[in-house]
Amino acid sequence: MPEPTASLPAGLTLSEQILSHAAGHVARAGDLVIAPIDRCMSHDSLTPEVIDALENELQAAHVKHPERIAVIIDHVAPAASVPTANAQMKVRRWVAQEGITHFYDVGVGVCHQVMIEEGLVAPGQIAIGTDSHATAYGAVGCFGAGVGSRDMALAMATGQNWFRVPETIRVNLHGRFRPGVSAKDVSLYLCGSLGMEGANYQAVEFHGAPWMTLDSRETLCSMTTELGAKAGLYYPEGEAAAHLQAPAWLRIDPEARYGRTVDVDLDALEAQVAMPPEVDHVAPASELADVKVDLVFIGTCTNGRLQDLHAAAEILKGRHIAPGVRLLLIPASHRILQAAVADGALATLLAAGATVGTPGCGPCIGRHLGVIGAGEVCFSTANRNFRGRMGDPEGLVYLGSPETAAATALTGRITAATAV
Amino acid sequence: MARIWVFGDNTDTDQILPGRYAPYMTSEADLSKYPFIEHRPEFAPQVQPGDIIVAGNNFGCGSSREYAPRALRAVGIAAIIAPTFARIFYRNALNLGLPLFEAELQSRVADGDLAELDRNQGALTVGGQVYELPAPPLWLRQVWDEGGVIAYYRNHGRLPLGEAE
Repeated sequence: MPEPTASLPAGLTLSEQILSHAAGHVARAGDLVIAPIDRCMSHDSLTPEVIDALENELQAAHVKHPERIAVIIDHVAPAASVPTANAQMKVRRWVAQEGITHFYDVGVGVCHQVMIEEGLVAPGQIAIGTDSHATAYGAVGCFGAGVGSRDMALAMATGQNWFRVPETIRVNLHGRFRPGVSAKDVSLYLCGSLGMEGANYQAVEFHGAPWMTLDSRETLCSMTTELGAKAGLYYPEGEAAAHLQAPAWLRIDPEARYGRTVDVDLDALEAQVAMPPEVDHVAPASELADVKVDLVFIGTCTNGRLQDLHAAAEILKGRHIAPGVRLLLIPASHRILQAAVADGALATLLAAGATVGTPGCGPCIGRHLGVIGAGEVCFSTANRNFRGRMGDPEGLVYLGSPETAAATALTGRITAATAV
Repeated sequence: MARIWVFGDNTDTDQILPGRYAPYMTSEADLSKYPFIEHRPEFAPQVQPGDIIVAGNNFGCGSSREYAPRALRAVGIAAIIAPTFARIFYRNALNLGLPLFEAELQSRVADGDLAELDRNQGALTVGGQVYELPAPPLWLRQVWDEGGVIAYYRNHGRLPLGEAE
């Protein structure tokens, strides 16, 4: 069991503190540790493979801690084909067989949003997910890392897994957002300046903006994956963390050693856009006014939250999207959809010409609910614009904030929110 | 002799195996026809067991989809050599027993070159020239020989971590 918390020495980053505490001994960047896993998140796309690995390769009788496992159907929800429907039935049967009660079926929402909404991840914990954007759990101060099916199977069977303790990049946020600029612009700015592997094998910590909303923290932490990061962490402080109980041993240590420190001046930041086919191919939205779009997609674990829908509704209120443009809206969860219905944001967006899909991943991964054809251009609030990511390899995906997405839907060309 | 297949920087998981061809979408157990199906359609029909991928930085970036390295294993790729690998791909390949070597050879070999790999010593011979690769520790060779981390776990009753040579 972990040693008493008082044994953690000074000078540790948040990741070092969390992994040291879990491993029961002091671990610094570069060390390898075996740690118990507080939470395993597995979604529909990889759970069938996890089940196969558990049953056929590990020959594990059962999962070790069913109460620490969450299974969420979001990647192809509802099922778009018979093979997928059959795979989902396999997942439902297994969840029942293993007594996994944290099971969220079609329509509850994108896995990472559901994990945070349901309070399944907490400050100081270690969570792994069969999804690269499990880094999102850092929004509540949880060390969240994406893994593949076999790492998940090992963790489910044994309750633990091994980690290399990452070095940490410290990002200091200064000032406040300008109008029409939001967390996604910070993320894309970091992608542009650090590059797609700027944080490979490393963690990213955000400091200096305790006013940042939980929704924004989720965007920031989730997008560290696009820098290659193993975890993205926001220390649980400020109003957004008022409902969170941070353990006494978890703290921002002024003596912590960082591999690199990056300063971002929010007062000077303008709307950013990642151009296809790479996330670090970034330019200000104001320089891309020539780019015509066919589809605008607002949604995903990156930017499908209530704050994002509100930002889009604010811009689209009383107006209508441009002729020839499709605006697809997929709230990140059922709760968000309900809240947007209750507060009128959804009615505003529908009146502006939006159509709405089932809460889940939608076309982000190019499988259903709005994939694009050859030569089509999508402006998306998601996280990846790789060739073929959203459909035909000749389709093009531009990434940006919900504010820029809404303004772009209005004009039919890439447009910063301040220009409409 | 093994053929070398050269790929560039940031070869992402959507290039290796687009999400639309995931086993979850097709219920296809055999992944051997899918690697690079859209990015490089001649790869899957032509690749031979034992062939080697030499790539640029950040190979395997993107998704946690383990079926991407699994598809490369399915066609018999003997090793992937790149200066850096994206972290989840690295872990997945390790777990599957698919050898990865961190080395920059992209500028020194050409697509279609014939090569001989000594994975245990960490050496690639191309046209009489021997390129040194990071020599794998014993535990890693065992993971490769035994067929991955799960097989290792079953054989040894523990994770490979920290084993002394």
